[in-house]
Amino acid sequence: MSAAVSGARERAAIAVDGIAKTYGKSVRALRGVSFDVEPGTVFALLGPNGAGKTTAVKILTTLSRPDSGHAQVAGIDVLGDPKGVRRVIGCVAQKDAVDLEATGRENIVLQGQLYGMHGAELDRRVDELLDRFRLTEAADRISRTFSGGMRRKLSVAIGLVHRPRVLFLDEPTTGLDPEARSDMWAEIQRLSVNDGMTVLLTTHYLDEADHLADRLVIIDEGQVVTEGTPDQLKSELRGDAIQVDLDSAAASEPGMRALRSLNGRLRDMTCLGRTIHARVDDGASAVPGVLAVLDGAGVRVAAVTVSRPSLDDVYLNHTGRAFRPAPEGDSR
Amino acid sequence: MSTLVMEPTHMAARYLRALLRQPLYVVMQLVQPVIWLFLFGQLFKNIDRLPGFGGGSYIDYLAPGVLVMSALLSNGWSGTMYIVDMERGVLDRLLATPARRSSLLLGQLGYWAMLTVIQSVILIALSMLAGARFAGGPLSVVALIAAAVLLGTVMACLSNVMALRLRQQDTVIAANVLLVLPLCFVSTLFIPGALMPGWIQTVARFNPVNWAVEAGRQSLVAGVDWSIVLTRLGGLAVLALVFGFFAVRAFRAYQRSV
Repeated sequence: MSAAVSGARERAAIAVDGIAKTYGKSVRALRGVSFDVEPGTVFALLGPNGAGKTTAVKILTTLSRPDSGHAQVAGIDVLGDPKGVRRVIGCVAQKDAVDLEATGRENIVLQGQLYGMHGAELDRRVDELLDRFRLTEAADRISRTFSGGMRRKLSVAIGLVHRPRVLFLDEPTTGLDPEARSDMWAEIQRLSVNDGMTVLLTTHYLDEADHLADRLVIIDEGQVVTEGTPDQLKSELRGDAIQVDLDSAAASEPGMRALRSLNGRLRDMTCLGRTIHARVDDGASAVPGVLAVLDGAGVRVAAVTVSRPSLDDVYLNHTGRAFRPAPEGDSR
Repeated sequence: MSTLVMEPTHMAARYLRALLRQPLYVVMQLVQPVIWLFLFGQLFKNIDRLPGFGGGSYIDYLAPGVLVMSALLSNGWSGTMYIVDMERGVLDRLLATPARRSSLLLGQLGYWAMLTVIQSVILIALSMLAGARFAGGPLSVVALIAAAVLLGTVMACLSNVMALRLRQQDTVIAANVLLVLPLCFVSTLFIPGALMPGWIQTVARFNPVNWAVEAGRQSLVAGVDWSIVLTRLGGLAVLALVFGFFAVRAFRAYQRSV
């Protein structure tokens, strides 16, 4: 058993085991966090600002050291061989980390040079990245003149120059407009699917984790609250939400009565005007029965909607609080 | 070529490119010492009439001192570069690359050394136009510039340490002002030791600014006392190494606090 566990951990692109970090005397940013990330997958650390996500990233990228616990990235210990870790990872920080006095191209070139790249190989790689992020036209402009979306793209390009095996993205879409955000989402998916890169991203957007992550952990107040695939976490909530719109409010009374005759398949039934809300296991297969029983009672149905629980519901379920991102700017 | 050389070179090139994009800043950096030279030269020009001054004109006497002071003042801004990099997240990005911490520092110090040399050469040329004669010969002038570079390096490292540990722009700038002028006044930069109160003479002996001034001022006399030059430069070199060590260590302190 333990051999199987350690075997799995060796294969993991990121293996985090009980890392804890306290700032000063009292700010406990992390209180023993563990998780593993499979190679080639996208993994999300989801939680509100101040949950400890950025601290975890700083430890994994060797910028900060944990007070206790261990972590490996690409099989290399972050405490034992930080330089080894630095060679194989790419980091894109929450702040864009762009030298505003340099051109876009110069920013990427310097980063490549610090990884020992040079000459035609580096030039080719830089052109490739500029092209990939549609920055070719702006490449030789001072990056101070770049828009927020362009700076973010540039900072991702900088993080990719040396073809890292593991990429850390700290809040990759915070502060981006919807268009730039969907561009970034597409790019992150390409990195994982086409380039086979392992991506760890932090986010306080539930929809982002849901959309991008193969697996995720929810972190709250320095602790892992729950872990799983987005679907697993959502199916932990019992059942789907089903919503039945009747053609009139007068129909709601016989409608409710008819649905109760389904012997408890529908739970938590509430009626608001001409709309009935309920929870049901496997909503899609319940719909024909719901329609049949309503039809039998002579109740006319305008619409039926079945929706899977969202990560909002998961977060609420595990933390007992509604998901409410803290004000921006706190980077711990 | 070895990363030991290439990493600092790439870093220095980064700073140099940024500098050249601000021509007005370059001009101000270069004009400032000239202003000091002519302002102090005029203000204190009658000092050379005092008994105990020892002959020669005051502008001659002052030129090496102003050169040293200018190096201090400009190198004292060094830490502010790290503050800007910190605020933008660039420093964290650089520290997460495999580049050596010492390379990040050496590149920046190399940039400041280059700036100090250019500033010094211009100042020396202008002082010669104003009538200063460097009777000690070319080698002693090189020693003067070396003294300015070494002292500037000490100052830059000190500024970096403050920036990395305190992480406050205002503090770094205030410390620069607080440090540079008193250190200059407690030295033979403006007037010879013989004209200073006894306690200042004593303090001056341990003041690195005074070491640089003494080494540099040998460039003015025909019979250069190389033992003065070499001991003072040696002291400054040791100090630069010690402060360089502290500056590299300060990266670690910075990382502990992020």
